[in-house]
Amino acid sequence: MTKIVVLVKEVPDAAVQKKVGADGRLDRSGEKTLNPFDTHAIEAALQLKESGALQVDEVVAITVGPAGAEKALHKAVSLGADRSIHLADDALAGSDVVATGYALAELVKRESPDLVLLGQQSDDGQSYAVGAVVAEYLGWPGLTQVIKLDVDGTTVTAERQAEYGYDTVKVELPAVLSVGDAINEPRYPSLKAIMGAKKKPLEKLTIADAGIDASKVGAEGSKAKWQSAKEPPAKAAGTIIEDEDTAKTVEQIVAWLDERKLI
Amino acid sequence: MSNILVYALHHEGAINKNSLGAISTASKLAGELGGEAHVVLVGEDISDDVAGSVGTYGAAKALRVNAPAGVAQPVVDALAKVAGDGDYAYAIFGGGLLGFEAGAGLAARLGGGIAVEITDVRVDGGQLVAERPVLGDSQISEIKFDGFGVVVARLNAFEPVQSGSAVAVEDVSVDLSDASGKVTVVTRGEQRGADVNIEDAQVLITGGRGLGKPENFSLAEDLAGAFGGSAGVAATRAAVDAGWFPYAGQIGQTGKTVAPKLYVGLGVSGAIQHKVGMQSSDAIVAINKDANAPIFEFADLGVVGDLHAITPALTEAIKAKKG
Ligand SMILES: Cc1cc2nc3c(=O)[nH]c(=O)nc-3n(C[C@H](O)[C@H](O)[C@H](O)COP(=O)(O)OP(=O)(O)OC[C@H]3O[C@@H](n4cnc5c(N)ncnc54)[C@H](O)[C@@H]3O)c2cc1C
Ligand SMILES: Nc1ncnc2c1ncn2[C@@H]1O[C@H](COP(=O)(O)O)[C@@H](O)[C@H]1O
Repeated sequence: MTKIVVLVKEVPDAAVQKKVGADGRLDRSGEKTLNPFDTHAIEAALQLKESGALQVDEVVAITVGPAGAEKALHKAVSLGADRSIHLADDALAGSDVVATGYALAELVKRESPDLVLLGQQSDDGQSYAVGAVVAEYLGWPGLTQVIKLDVDGTTVTAERQAEYGYDTVKVELPAVLSVGDAINEPRYPSLKAIMGAKKKPLEKLTIADAGIDASKVGAEGSKAKWQSAKEPPAKAAGTIIEDEDTAKTVEQIVAWLDERKLI
Repeated sequence: MSNILVYALHHEGAINKNSLGAISTASKLAGELGGEAHVVLVGEDISDDVAGSVGTYGAAKALRVNAPAGVAQPVVDALAKVAGDGDYAYAIFGGGLLGFEAGAGLAARLGGGIAVEITDVRVDGGQLVAERPVLGDSQISEIKFDGFGVVVARLNAFEPVQSGSAVAVEDVSVDLSDASGKVTVVTRGEQRGADVNIEDAQVLITGGRGLGKPENFSLAEDLAGAFGGSAGVAATRAAVDAGWFPYAGQIGQTGKTVAPKLYVGLGVSGAIQHKVGMQSSDAIVAINKDANAPIFEFADLGVVGDLHAITPALTEAIKAKKG
């Protein structure tokens, strides 16, 4: 009998115009959504459960984020997670990748799952690093960007693309794996599941509840100090053609290419 | 505390170009900090020649650790051991997938901080300051470290510079962690699909997930055919992972770096990990139906529309133009 934890993040909606705050960090205000890459991690957990590849009792979604981030958990649960955990605490504000990974690892320890799944990247942070930090704090093996997973007993055979081509790696459970978006096609939640999501257990924790060392999180506890932001050197804006009349559009493209002697 | 550790990724007897760039950069920065750049190589078959050659890029030491290559955990074990035995304030990785994984693991183990996708590093007040482009590269944030700092470069950000001569290789023995014993590389660097060459093409038509299905790569092939000569077809990771196109034809972070005279993206969103492999193209044209796609931020000519309607017509028009 096994348990899978899926780490999910709430990120600004793709349509929101994003900006950087005075502190050099992303301003995360505005409409938010579940990190789209994390739906692949949830789907991977469900497929392991449904295929019987692993005897999964429970899929638990966990997030670290400000109040409001439970919306991402509702989405995760509507997609099929059984319950969820939200760590929210003012002391967490300004946590860097290592601090966030530390807090997530502490939450994972409370659940002692057999497998932890993550998305390939957060749409806002884009560090592709949280999984490796969580694995390190747990002392478990970890791999990122996995696009194929086969489980045999407590051995996972994973495939992923690295810098020299595709690698096949065997990992002993418990392990921490981030999955690439090519691993599956996430399902859409049913209306019933969306309506029922709020009824599934959602546990809210503070860092004290979770036994997290306050000195290792938040802006103070973070060792990567983000400073001010600056503008990169200005680059000439490109030409944009909105295709309304394809014949005309193509004429414009050809003229543009011809001017630059590219044909 | 002013030496800098560098991890040198290698495969089949060659050190990764991005690692060489990291060595050169670290050696310059360490000089400004009054220290040295020391390079760690992890693998079971690294020759003296290969390891010692890091000296020719500015490294003062080559430290060889005999442990499995291709996964992050042994690299973390090796770097943490070396860092613990000496005076090191920073570690620099040349990017690549292992760089992110090992860099993050090392930062966590040493209780330090990590900065990824770094395009530049300078010394300021005796400390490193790393530049991180954010928001589709429209802003650059600066990151400093309080404690051990791990810098992971963006692909191609650090140029290898030859300086100095080969150094003697020191073997370092490292006790591997439990986690390292639980990861085994079965096969490494498998080349899926045909051995296509995209690096010599002057015109590259790149197909992304927006093509919809593998058969639609014919739209890209036909357009390349219309350009004739040295025009070729390439792909994004999404298309390659889906099995639509050979890995050898992939552009980006874990694929090839190209700089053709003309790059045309068909249904390519322009993710950072793709952009880093093609941003040096002379002219970038994108056809994408989503006006908010990141590729429009750096395309010289952006066409907002359906590639299925536009591409065949464009192919015909170019053929007609060429006569
Ligand atoms: C560590 C790491 C390494 C990576 N390495 C690489 C790498 O080497 N190379 C790489 O490419 N990626 C890499 N990626 C993945 C990268 O983040 C993106 O996921 C990938 O580049 C997206 O590929 P895409 O543009 O084909 O697909 P998508 O991002 O899905 O974009 C498809 C685009 O097609 C458009 N579209 C759809 N239908 C149509 C239509 N009918 N007409 C016109 N447009 C249409 C859509 O609007 C969309 O913008 C890496 C990621 C990570 C985390
Ligand atoms: N605050 C968070 N809470 C839960 N999971 C997270 C959080 N941040 C990142 N993750 C997970 O880590 C993955 C990689 O994120 P990143 O390293 O930021 O690119 C995401 O896809 C999520 O699965």
